Amino acid sequence: MAFLEINRLEKSYGAMSVLKGINLAMEEGGFLVLVGPSGCGKSTLLNTIAGLESISSGEIKIAGRRVNDRRPSERDIAMVFQSYALYPNMTVAQNIAFGLEMRKVPKPERDKAVAEVAETLQIGHLLNRKPSQLSGGQRQRVAMGRALVRKPKLFLFDEPLSNLDAKLRVDMRTEIKRLHNSLGTTIVYVTHDQIEAMTLATKIAVLKDGHLQQFGTPAEIYNDPVNTFVADFMGSPPMNLVPGELVMSGKAYAVAIERDGTAPVVLPIANDRTVVSPAGQKVVLGIRPEAITDVDGADRNAKNVIRVSCRTEVVEPAGSDTFVVTRLGGKDVVARMRSDAAVKLHSTTDFAYNMDRAVLFDPASGNRVA
Amino acid sequence: MTAQVSTIADTRSESSPRSAPRVLLYAVLILFAIYYLLPLFIMVVNSVKPLSEIQGGNMLSLPAQWTLEPWQKAWNEAQIGVQATGLQPYFLNSILMVVPAVAISTILGALNGYVLTKYRFPGHKIVFGLMLFACFIPFQIVLIPTARILGTLGIAGTIYGLILVHVVYGLGFTTLYFRNYYEAFPTELVRAAQVDGASFFKIFYRILLPSSGPIIVVTVIWQFTNVWNDFLFGASFSGPNAMPITVALNNLVNSSTGVKEYNVHFAGALLAALPTLIVYIVAGRFFVRGLMSGAVKG
Ligand SMILES: Nc1ncnc2c1ncn2[C@@H]1O[C@H](COP(=O)(O)OP(=O)(O)O)[C@@H](O)[C@H]1O
Ligand SMILES: [Mg+2]
Repeated sequence: MAFLEINRLEKSYGAMSVLKGINLAMEEGGFLVLVGPSGCGKSTLLNTIAGLESISSGEIKIAGRRVNDRRPSERDIAMVFQSYALYPNMTVAQNIAFGLEMRKVPKPERDKAVAEVAETLQIGHLLNRKPSQLSGGQRQRVAMGRALVRKPKLFLFDEPLSNLDAKLRVDMRTEIKRLHNSLGTTIVYVTHDQIEAMTLATKIAVLKDGHLQQFGTPAEIYNDPVNTFVADFMGSPPMNLVPGELVMSGKAYAVAIERDGTAPVVLPIANDRTVVSPAGQKVVLGIRPEAITDVDGADRNAKNVIRVSCRTEVVEPAGSDTFVVTRLGGKDVVARMRSDAAVKLHSTTDFAYNMDRAVLFDPASGNRVA
Repeated sequence: MTAQVSTIADTRSESSPRSAPRVLLYAVLILFAIYYLLPLFIMVVNSVKPLSEIQGGNMLSLPAQWTLEPWQKAWNEAQIGVQATGLQPYFLNSILMVVPAVAISTILGALNGYVLTKYRFPGHKIVFGLMLFACFIPFQIVLIPTARILGTLGIAGTIYGLILVHVVYGLGFTTLYFRNYYEAFPTELVRAAQVDGASFFKIFYRILLPSSGPIIVVTVIWQFTNVWNDFLFGASFSGPNAMPITVALNNLVNSSTGVKEYNVHFAGALLAALPTLIVYIVAGRFFVRGLMSGAVKG
């Protein structure tokens, strides 16, 4: 049974609808990441789970219990805020113990719990300081300590790392992942950073303008995006989206794509795919940069590798890989080559297209057609 | 131009040409200080002189013979009401009025500000607008309705009546101060406390109040000064036993019988002004700081 269940959730501020029919379900011990561009309603969704915002309609269940009308303190949750929200007039120890104090836990037990959490997060030496005397990373740890100390059923994080510098952010990301693994807690985590989403999540929910676009494992979201928005939002560099036309090549479907100067490229679709569009239809081919490689670097297990020669427009060595930009169908197409592949700028080079990993979208709606 | 160049070239020189405007600045400031201090000076010197010296025409000079008798007379001998009690009982009336009035209006203003910023409800802007509007209603307009209400409540002519009037009239200002201050107070702190299980009032006095020092000082000074110095409400709504010191002072100065004892009047006026002076001297530096600071550092 799902541990966190959200059914047909709607939220509006006056006439403005912010969340439009969200359905989610999450197993116990999972790590759910809500991801999407700024203003899409991630924080609002998290706040409705927390009970800090009321909902207009729908249902939220935590551990099988409907919590719609429960106050935040009755939902057995803890939350880490983007600004950390440490109480400025209290010491670190008082900050961490505040939730326990409000729940009338006796002082000796509180002290013990604070000491344990301080040990886990290595903030023992900071306990008597005020928040204003801490660095950003230390505040972040204290904010997590305040959530951990109550041992709630559900942890909610609202962009907890977005105020940290790049290096610290990566460190804290690893630390959060480690905490999740060792404590086995259930977490809902908001971020606008798709890399954070991919690295942390067991399940990702992609939101846009208050609509849930896709809900699935990181692999599903990455390899099998339901529409061009998800395909483009997740992954760095993002999925190549190239306009073309659906054609029949023998008995199988293929995509024909315009190429500067020469005849169109015809890329066959793997024949185990169901194609829901008729031939002759305009489509958008979606293919990840790592599915376009130098010929020797192609995936040996792939059944459908097509060789295409294109002129290289930009070559960007990035250490471990080299990104090569070519033009196809009037778009820049990024290929990800091994760093030792011999690629020359402005020369015609052979690329291996792994069509097993290609997907097709409808150009008008952006939805998947294959 | 040359002067400026030489300043830059020789900044460590002691006879800097910059000192000329400096001198002018100080001269103007001192002039203004004298201008404002002169009335106080006259009051103080004449309150420690025998009446005969004032009648002799020496208002501006220091007393030839120093005496505290006028102060003592103003405090507990002067004829104000039926009995010659001095200002003493009325001073006490003012204290009994100002302390609860300031405390209640400040606490209510803080609660209003808290609700209007952190527990917003539909129509909160209108409510705030109406409270702001209350700040601009002239005293005179509300005199008669207020008298009616005090009469209906059965507290006309009492100190309780005056407290109520001052609380209600001050609420617009105190709400304005606290609302603007709490507007800048991070809402995430309130939300964090809600998740932590703190109640409405717990959040108020454990999270917001400890960070409200500067604005409390501003509000208390503002309210104290206004309520203490108020004359119109005091004159309109206080019976003979509830008269605040401002009204008593007026009666003392305007009493038509006998010789005018100017030295006693000066001493009485100083006595009436003393509490507000003390409040400013003690809390004045926080006042400016409070007016300047908005956000809470965290
Ligand atoms: N209290 C509010 N009143 C009106 N609109 C709001 C309020 N809070 C958020 N919104 C709107 O709801 C949308 C989603 O906001 P939010 O959930 O904060 O986005 P995100 O966290 O994804 O950046 C935004 O368009 C925002 O302007
Ligand atoms: Mg947000």
